[in-house]
Amino acid sequence: MARHKSGGDRLIRLSLLLVALSAISVLAIITIFIFEQGLPIMAKYGLKNFLLGQDWFPSEQSFGLLPMIVGSLLVTLGALVIGVPLGLASAIFLTEFSNRRLSGFLKPVIELLAGIPSVVYGFLGLMFLVPFIRKNFGGPGLSVLAASIILGIMILPTIISIAIDAIRAVPDSYREGSIALGATRWQTVRMVVLPAARSGLVAGIILGMGRAIGETMAVIMVAGNAADLPGSLLAPVRTLTSNIALEMAYASGEHRQALFATGVILFVIIMILNFLANLAARKQFRK
Amino acid sequence: MSSLNLTIWLLLLVFCFFAFPACRSHSVSSEIVVAGSTSIQPFADEWAELFMSKNNKVNINVQGGGSSAGIMAVKEGSANIGMSSRELKEDERDLKEIIIAYDGLAIIVHPANPVNSLAIDQVQSIFAGEITSWKMLNGLDQNITVVVREEGSGTRGAFQEMVMGPRRISKKAIVEDSNGVVREIVSRDENSIGFISLGLVNDQVKPVALDGVKPTEEAIVHNNYRLRRPFLFLSRQEPQGLAKEFIDFVLSAEIQSRLPQEGLIPAQKITGDRRF
Repeated sequence: MARHKSGGDRLIRLSLLLVALSAISVLAIITIFIFEQGLPIMAKYGLKNFLLGQDWFPSEQSFGLLPMIVGSLLVTLGALVIGVPLGLASAIFLTEFSNRRLSGFLKPVIELLAGIPSVVYGFLGLMFLVPFIRKNFGGPGLSVLAASIILGIMILPTIISIAIDAIRAVPDSYREGSIALGATRWQTVRMVVLPAARSGLVAGIILGMGRAIGETMAVIMVAGNAADLPGSLLAPVRTLTSNIALEMAYASGEHRQALFATGVILFVIIMILNFLANLAARKQFRK
Repeated sequence: MSSLNLTIWLLLLVFCFFAFPACRSHSVSSEIVVAGSTSIQPFADEWAELFMSKNNKVNINVQGGGSSAGIMAVKEGSANIGMSSRELKEDERDLKEIIIAYDGLAIIVHPANPVNSLAIDQVQSIFAGEITSWKMLNGLDQNITVVVREEGSGTRGAFQEMVMGPRRISKKAIVEDSNGVVREIVSRDENSIGFISLGLVNDQVKPVALDGVKPTEEAIVHNNYRLRRPFLFLSRQEPQGLAKEFIDFVLSAEIQSRLPQEGLIPAQKITGDRRF
């Protein structure tokens, strides 16, 4: 009987292992495919021309991706500047300052935001935000600013729900101890709860950042997609993801390979960002 | 027992799934490949669909790739019919060309823009990023928002060839990936200018006159409006067999009479020397 059971266990373990491996192998296949398609052209024209070139004219064999690299980083930074303070503030309010009924109502509503398709965010941005920026700040409206605001809103649910979980995971004894020492509620949050929840908060921010840098549809709709280094927050901008999605349809030959090279660079940038963010999180946590 | 039954049924299903297309492809008596311009491709797909529904046992395989790729394909014999949405160059003239339709390119601005007419070289300077204010064109004292299509699109290619020539389109131009979005943006931004297929112009935007000529069907037919491109079918020799049948079908009144609804101008409307 016991033997039979362990045999069944082994079978389940093996099949679960296979399922896990298949998920990982998809990642491996994607990686190999992107690099296989993208690397030859980068070797042909030189990595430096891709990374530092400022002219993107694929029909003239000019494949400078610097404007798109700067665009992706700028828009992601903008999204974090807008999304992180709002997200953390909401999470702190919902866990520490609001009553149960209110947060019981607000939390599902915020999570609903995550379920709205990105094309809807883009559409709303195009209909309301872009004309608003054009009328009040000038420029074409399709801009770094519009893309940052839309992305900032899109990463809110990720940041808020992970931050809430992190803050809730802080044991109540910490808060009780702090208040017993005479700290106010805000002092408790600032000096005890947030430092204790830090690694969870950073994880939420990293996930939000990942969503911002990878988002494509909404950004294409509101960013204007000019392949030029943006001179101001009101200038149009093109991100790496938009570059691929915009031109994939008709691209052939070297143009197509250059889009895969764009994918390679995006891949590497995301790896670096994740690595840095993880490093930062671990360091802070040890402190 | 029932699971055995189920297995047999599943096997049968899988067999049918693979066998059916195989049977079908055996019964097709002939096939031709039509390849080239992505501007013509959606129309050609539709025509091929109609043609195949009327003649079973034939297969018309429509592929994209762009005008240049289509011309190469028909030269090399990997396509029976090439599609080109630009005029042939000197060294490509050895191909037989059949005009199947014409398409116009409209330069559009916001309806509230006081500028009604532009010279071709003014349009060139605007899209090259040299003229940056409407004031220089007797318009309002506002910066121009230039909206273009993405690299690789046939409409951008036609604009590049007919208006820009060797000059680059400005890097500062806003880039969108469809005629519809370009029109949408121009209809909302009073300072913008863009270009779209003439058939897609509606009352939300204003097509400007070029050198004083408005882009009407009549002006295009008489070649007074310069931004017009032919949709060409190409073949190596005089088309024969299925290729000829398909070309005749596309040139038939049934297809040609539908073209205006889709924004194209029927081939027969324009006769005589079509070159400019």
